[in-house]
This record gives sequence, structure tokens and C-alpha cells, in this order.
Amino acid sequence: MLWQALGLGLGYNATLVTLGAAMLGIAAGATGVFLYLARRALVSDAIGHATLPGVVAGYLVMVALGGEGRFLPGLMLGAAVSAGLGLACVSWLAARTRLHEDAAIGAVLSVFFGAGVVLLTVVQVLETGRQAGLETFLLGATAGMLRAEALGIAAGGAAVLALVVLLRRPMVAVAFDSEFAAGQGVNLRAVDLAMMGLALAITVVGLKVVGVVLIVALLIIPPVAARLWSERVSVIVALAGAIGGLSGYLGAAISATAPGLPTGPLIVLASFALFTLSLLFAPARGVLAAGLRYWRFQRRVHLRQGLLALASGYPVHDPLTLRLMRRQGLVRADGVVTPAGRAMAARARLDERRWHMLRSLPEFEAAAARHDGLSPLSEVLTPDQLAALDRRLGPEGAL
Amino acid sequence: MTGAEFVILSLVPLVIGVLAAIACALPGNFLLLRRQALIGDAISHVVLPGIVVAFLLSGRVAAVPMMLGAGGAALVSVALIEAIRRLGRIEPGAAMGVVFTAMFAGGVLLLEQSAASGVHLDVQHALYGNLESLVWLDGHGWGALVDREALRGLPPELARMAVVTLAVALFTGLLWRALVISTFDEGFARTLGLPVRALSLALVAVAAMAAVAAFDAVGSIIVIAMFICPPAAARLMTDRMSGQVAWSLGFATLSAVLGYVLAGYGPLWLGYQSAVSAAGMIATVAGLILALAALFGPRRRGVAAV
Amino acid sequence: MTMALELVREKLIDQNPLAIRGLTVSYAEKPAVFSVDVSFRAGQMTAIVGPNGAGKSTLLKAALGIVRPISGRVTAFGAPLDRARARIAYVPQRASVDWEFPARVIDVVMMGLYRDLGLLGRVRPHHRARAMQSLARVGMESFASRQIGQLSGGQQQRVFLARALAQGADLYLLDEPFAGVDAATERAIIGVLKGLRDQGKTVVAVHHDLATVPAYFDRAFLLNITAIAEGPVAEVMTEANLRAAYGGRLGPARQAV
Repeated sequence: MLWQALGLGLGYNATLVTLGAAMLGIAAGATGVFLYLARRALVSDAIGHATLPGVVAGYLVMVALGGEGRFLPGLMLGAAVSAGLGLACVSWLAARTRLHEDAAIGAVLSVFFGAGVVLLTVVQVLETGRQAGLETFLLGATAGMLRAEALGIAAGGAAVLALVVLLRRPMVAVAFDSEFAAGQGVNLRAVDLAMMGLALAITVVGLKVVGVVLIVALLIIPPVAARLWSERVSVIVALAGAIGGLSGYLGAAISATAPGLPTGPLIVLASFALFTLSLLFAPARGVLAAGLRYWRFQRRVHLRQGLLALASGYPVHDPLTLRLMRRQGLVRADGVVTPAGRAMAARARLDERRWHMLRSLPEFEAAAARHDGLSPLSEVLTPDQLAALDRRLGPEGAL
Repeated sequence: MTGAEFVILSLVPLVIGVLAAIACALPGNFLLLRRQALIGDAISHVVLPGIVVAFLLSGRVAAVPMMLGAGGAALVSVALIEAIRRLGRIEPGAAMGVVFTAMFAGGVLLLEQSAASGVHLDVQHALYGNLESLVWLDGHGWGALVDREALRGLPPELARMAVVTLAVALFTGLLWRALVISTFDEGFARTLGLPVRALSLALVAVAAMAAVAAFDAVGSIIVIAMFICPPAAARLMTDRMSGQVAWSLGFATLSAVLGYVLAGYGPLWLGYQSAVSAAGMIATVAGLILALAALFGPRRRGVAAV
Repeated sequence: MTMALELVREKLIDQNPLAIRGLTVSYAEKPAVFSVDVSFRAGQMTAIVGPNGAGKSTLLKAALGIVRPISGRVTAFGAPLDRARARIAYVPQRASVDWEFPARVIDVVMMGLYRDLGLLGRVRPHHRARAMQSLARVGMESFASRQIGQLSGGQQQRVFLARALAQGADLYLLDEPFAGVDAATERAIIGVLKGLRDQGKTVVAVHHDLATVPAYFDRAFLLNITAIAEGPVAEVMTEANLRAAYGGRLGPARQAV
């Protein structure tokens, strides 16, 4: 059954829902990148939780007006209004009081959610038990989703994605250096509003699929995973969209095979799995790659320091340094330096003196900036530059 | 509402609610000053999988395994967040978001799976608690408070909450100086020889303990309100550390009492039969108090504005 | 001269107030401080100077254990740093603290007395007196009940210094104590530091202004990621050394010599 679901073979409805979730994931991933870059990732948590009172209030209003109550666009409207109000409260608290933004986010998130919970129980009190439909908004449910709803979600996702693509340049500029962007004429307030507005739109569109509590995950996990693979914004946005889309797809497909399980957690776990893979294996910032780099760097530092100590006639005490030098054959087991060690020490010392000379000469400033203090200068300078430097060092230069 | 009705239905939930609010407000003060308010968000999300795992491993819904499970989950989440921050060079807010949403999702799924074995936890309870159900059937009236037999019938959650609140208060009181110094100036604290990292972890662990104990009463999401709102409101009322903590305890108690009363009796006063969510109402009242403090609190703009 | 070296355990332990050996600190594989060996002499005022990004603050923080080095050994008064903390006082940069914190001036100075008070010790009148004395030495005693956020930059710096004085240490490590302070504060602080030196204490300060080094300090340590030179000010601040440290950008450096 799972393979059928993954292969979109479970029928028209299920296919539509899965594709809608995928579209939502793509849009959420892309939108989330800008929030992440602007360090406002957790504001989405406030937006997500703040939708709850609006959803329930929307339901109550629609019922009061004689309608069905569970009309999705009406609920979405309610969600948007209360989330917008929540956002305004976050800004106001952070700007007008001594509280910092994290406190404002946490307060709005929990209080609005609490108010929403009260309203949910109000519905219970007033009512006839039809609230079962509303509680699925907490954690998301694709089971029993209407065709129109699924189409609407796909369309909403696509619309947000289009807006993200349209607005990407100013958003990137502001996220990177807001003062510079302002100097270039970008309207900071408008861009900030746009970014938050897009996050709000994603939240509202995705509410039914992922749920109030977990929609934030779709705005955070794919961007963070994508960030591990690249340093270029356009690549990150594309990757985040891909990861988000894949998560939505997988989560919704699996959810179709198990209608008793809420969809939100499944989508979130799918994206977390992709994140973990990225964290471990991404070449740029993955754990394995970084660990290897650090370990190698540490060895180079220790070896270099050991050689310099030898060259200057100081004893070496650091146990790690001694071990490394012994292993490289620079020092004998009994602690006496070997001929190879002597040669390497002399070379290290020469390089060190070249390095000092290099840093004091303005004409070498560019080269100096590239040097990391460890690699031999022959890797950084051209043979001509190296020769010029050695001439400066004078007769002691060539040991 | 007769005395007996009150004692049976409302006394214990009220006391538990107040204790939960206090237990959360105490560490919340420090989390707020360290700009770690959102660790409260993280903790309250990860408490769920901790409890579920503890339940699955121990086979019963009991206090000690739950505490251990939640404490363990909190520490695991802190470690994961730290690892993600360092290794991936991800900014702290995003790292937190990744970890706690994933752990919460895992917890929910585990919970749903274990539902088959007929367990007493359910997702909604996890989200917004069950304060109203903590009734004291043996509480036949005010006299029951001195009646040995009746006291034995008290819900176990009360004793649990009381013990945790006491532990949190002891922690805060005993380590007060170290907490204040390391919160104000971490580098300086380190040079005094204070174990800054251990203190940080201990604070998180204590907050997690409070979150677990309060979980039964108000569920995991609303715990955040109790970590943040009373201390934040207190912050806007005073410039003294001890004053801030005192105000936060006052606001916490007020939120719990007023919230519970409004939820339990409000609908009755309006002519309806059942109550609305006590936990939700407590959070809402805490939020209203914060709003009032933000509008009228004497120190709301901070020192620079004086 | 043969280079037959014996790699033996160092029998002679440096008794200086602060001795650093082979310290390397890096942020993501770019060394901020590389293989620094330096000893700071007792009873002297030493300035740590160097261009921006030279690792001066990092050196201090790594020596104190606030930041983790990749390698290196630090001793204070001949003992491992952790065991000598009672004799060391640290004055960090002002930016490291949230000045909105709910504390008064006197509360901050009392933090310096933590070693004596411990977690639960009662605050007695003589503790208060010591704190007020420290405040008086920096000229801030009338500000004792003021909220720290209400202070100017120079006043905040003086409070930090008072906190360090309250510790009654033998070694004082300061990170840019004169950055962004008014002239009166600068005079007050240098007065206190010279007083400490005259009492036989050791003062080491990261200093941002080359021009005032000869007037304020006895010794200097020139740092630009690696150690360039350490010694009496006149010996260290030579044209050759400054060029080695500051590269071609000698304008301000030249004027100082």
C-alpha cells in the first residue's frame, strides 16, 4: 500500500492531496529561507500558533451566520486575521517595551494558542459535537479532505511561490544587510511586511495539512537543511523548495496509508530525516566533512608548533604534539630529534620568518590575506614573489 | 456552590494550577533575562516525547519515569540543538526550531501508536492538559483537610506538583547568587570559577522538571505561557531582581486562580452548563496581565528611556 | 651548535603572574591567535597592542578559559589557571553585558565579592563597606543605588573596575578599559591602575590607542595573531616591530613612536 501511495496510485483524491502537500512544501521551504536568513525563523512559530483562535472564531461566526462552519476559506480568513493580530502584538511588544523579541514571540504564541483552546471548548459547550472537525487543525489531517480543498491548497502554495520568486531580490538584500539595502532605496518596512505576509500565507494555506502546532517546522527545517549544502542564496532557495516538496509528498503519501495518523507529524519527520542526511553528509557544512577538517587542522597546528619549538631550541611538552611528531618520524621514540625532523624544523622556521616579513610589507598585502599561517608560503606565492621575499630576508634567509 | 462542592471539584485543581504556575515562573525569570525565553518553547514541546518514551519503556503512567523521561528529553534536545548550531553553523533560533518540532512530531506519532494499547495519555490532553479532571472525590467539605482518610484520597498529581515546586524553589534559592551573576555577565562568572555551562544546563533541566509536572495540569503548549508571561510582566514593573521574582510569583498565582475561576464558573454565570478549558483560560489571563503591564507598567520602557 | 635537543618535561615552571605557552585559538580554521608564548611580569603594567583583528581580546579570553583554545598551556603564579582564580580579576568589554539587567551599581560591585560570600553566605556590613570602598576608589560612590542602565559608558566602565577591585586580586586583566570613555573617566581609571601597580599588583590591559601606551604603561606586548615582541615600552615600540605588526599601515603607528 505504501508503494502505491508513493507512486500516486491510491486514487484521484489521494493523489491530489499528495501533490497539494508537495506544492505547499515547496512554497514553504522557499519562503522559510528568507526568514532564516533574516534570523526571524521562530517568528513563524508565533504565526502558526496564533492562527488557532481565528480558526475557531471563524467557525463560530460562520455557524452564527447560518452556514456550515467548516468552510475552509472562511476558516483560513479567520486564521489570517488572528495571526496578523499576533504578529502585530509581537512587533509592538518588542518595539514598545524593554522585552526582547524572543519573549514577545513566546508570549504571543502561547497566549493566543491558549485563547484558541478556550474557544475550542466554547464550541464544545455551545454545541453539538461538531468540533471534531476543528481539532484536526491542531495537528493536520489529510484524511477526508475535499477535492476542492486540496486544489485550493495547491493553488495557494503556487501563488505564494510565485510571490517569493518575484520578491526575492529585495528580500535577500534586506536579509543580508538591511542598512545597505535601505541606502539603496529599498523600503525596509515594506519588505519586512512582505516576508511576514508570505509566512502568514503559507501558514494559513498549510493549516489543514500540517496543523497549527507543526506548520512552523515546514518553514524552518527545509531551509536549514538546504543551508548546509550551499553558500549561494538561489541554490539554497531551490534546494529548500525541493526538500520541502519532497517532505510534503512523502508525509502525505504515508498519511494516506494510515488515515488514523495525523499528517503533520509525518511530514515533519520526513523533513527531519532529510535534514539529518544533510547534516551528516553535506560536503560544505556536514558533520563528517567538518569533523575531518577540524581534526586535520588541529594536527597541522600541533605539528607546526612543535617544529617551531624545535627550531628555536625550546623543548616540546604537549603530549599530543609529541605523539604526532613521533608518528611522522620527526622525533625518535626516546625523544631525540631525527635528521628528518631537523630538516622540517628548519623549513618551518624559514617559512615563519618569511611570513613575518610578508606581513610587514605593504606590497604583499593581498597575498598575506590569503595565507592562513600554516600552509607553506610556496603554495601562496609565485616563485618570483618567493624569491623577492627571500632576498629581503638577507643572508640568514637561506638556511 | 457549597463548601463541599468547592472542595471536591475546585480546591485541588486550583492549588495544582497555582503551584504549576509558580514552578514555571521561577526558572522563567532567568530564562527571560538570558534571552532564552524560547527554550521554554522548546522544552514544552520536547516534554511530550520524553513522557511517551518513558511510558513505553516502563509500561505505566507514573511520576518518576515521566520525570526522568522528560528530563532526559530536555537534555537530549539541548545537546542536539548545540550540535546543530556548532556543526552546521546554524543560528540558534532555527536550530531550536528544527529539534523541537521534530521531537514533538515523533512524540505525537509514538503516542498515536501506543493508543492501541489503551493508554491514558491522549494527544489533546498532551496539548492542553486536564486540570478540571483532578477532582478530590473524598473531599467532603472543608473538614476533609484534616481528615486522614480523606487526605489519602487526594489525587497523586497534587503531591507530585508540590514536591516539584519545592525542588524548583530550593534550586532557585540555593543557587541564587550563581544564577544572577552568570546571567548578568557570563565571562566574568567564568573567571570567578563558576561552572557556567553546568548552571545553564541545570536551569534547563529544572525548567523541564517544572514543565513535566505542569504537563498534567495544563498540557505542554500552555506551559510556555507560564514560563514567559508572569516574568515578562514582572520585568515591566520593576528594576530590581528580587522585585521581579516577587512580582512574577504574584502574577503567576493571579493568572492561575483567575483563569481557573473564569473557566469553571464563567460559563455558569453566563447560563451555560459546562466549563471551558482551564489551562487555556489561565494562559489567556496571563497574557492579559502582560498586556496591561505593557500598557501601564512603570518600568515598561526600560532604564534608557528615563 | 648542535641541535641535539632533549625533549623533556619542563622542570622550571614560570612563576610569573600570567604565563602563556603555545596558545592557539581559531574560529572555523582561521587562526585568531597562533602559537603565542608570553609571560607577563609581576608588579608591572603591560599593554597588549596590535591592529584590529589581531586576537588581543581572544588572547585574554582564551587565557581565562572563557573561550576554548586548540592548544596551549596557561599558568598563573606558577599554578594552573583554575587553581589561581582567587588571585585574578577580569574586567571585560562593556559590550559583553546587557545593561538593562535588573541590578544597581552596588549589586554589580557585590558580584566581585562572590568568592568570599559563596552561594549562601550572608552579606554583612563589612562586605558592603568593601564594595563602597571600591566604588569610592573609582569615584562612583554616590551612584551606588543607581540602576546600571542609567549610567554613561565611562561610568559603566568604572563600575566594572570597582567590581574587579572588590575582588582584592593580585593580577588584573582588562579588555579595552579606555575604549569609548570620556576624558575624566580615562584619568580616573589610569589613576586607579597606577595605584594598583604601585601596590605591587600586576596589570595587563588590551589597549586600543598606541599613542598613549608610553604614558600609561611600563611594558608592551605587540600581537598580530602571533607574538611579535614583549618588553619595556621603548624597546618594543620600535619602527621595525611596529612595521612587523601593522604591515604597511604605519601612519598612526609612526606618530606614536
